[in-house]
Amino acid sequence: MPEDFNPGCARPTGGPVGEAPAEKTETPSEITPKEIQNMIKVGQKAPDFSAPAYFKGKFVNVNLSEYLGKWVVLCFYPGDFTFV
Amino acid sequence: MSIDSVFVHKIWNDQEISKMVDGGVPFPMLSDAGGKVGTLYGIYDDNGGVDTRGRFIIDPDGVIQGFEVLSPPVGRNVSESLRQIQAFQLVRESKGTEATPSGWKPGKATLKPGIDLVGKVWEKWKTNMAFD
Repeated sequence: MPEDFNPGCARPTGGPVGEAPAEKTETPSEITPKEIQNMIKVGQKAPDFSAPAYFKGKFVNVNLSEYLGKWVVLCFYPGDFTFV
Repeated sequence: MSIDSVFVHKIWNDQEISKMVDGGVPFPMLSDAGGKVGTLYGIYDDNGGVDTRGRFIIDPDGVIQGFEVLSPPVGRNVSESLRQIQAFQLVRESKGTEATPSGWKPGKATLKPGIDLVGKVWEKWKTNMAFD
């Protein structure tokens, strides 16, 4: 039977269970460099992006570059309804 | 911006947030499917599959002036974000001739960095000024 859980401020997620898949053995020539997450630095240009949004009753597409000339606060958060 | 779809944003705004804020959220609620933008900004959490609580202040030239990242259970301090924007705006208007020392908020003294101020900050700024 599925078990109850109490929702916390982290978005509830799942993932694969059981044995981990056998690791691929790669010859050195096949090894690709691991993707490195960008390290954001102050003083650098904010990476531009386009994203769909809900804004005042409508669905719109927003480009960050539309806000050049204005001060922008860009906020990320784990998920809607996550309490804080 | 979160990994939720714009449909979920709509329901969250219309069903809950509009009951806290008159007229609902006054800015675009952005959807970051798959965390692509979060990854670009270095705040996407692969394990949880979500964007963490990152906040970036971007100036009119599109340059990042400050950021803060918190883990999910602790919320932000909006007043502190506004204070930082006011400080960055003052520095920008002064064309870098003024700086805002620790504890600065609008109305408090700024510092004018230069050769005459070297070793003399103690005359202009006291530790109690770091606090409200």
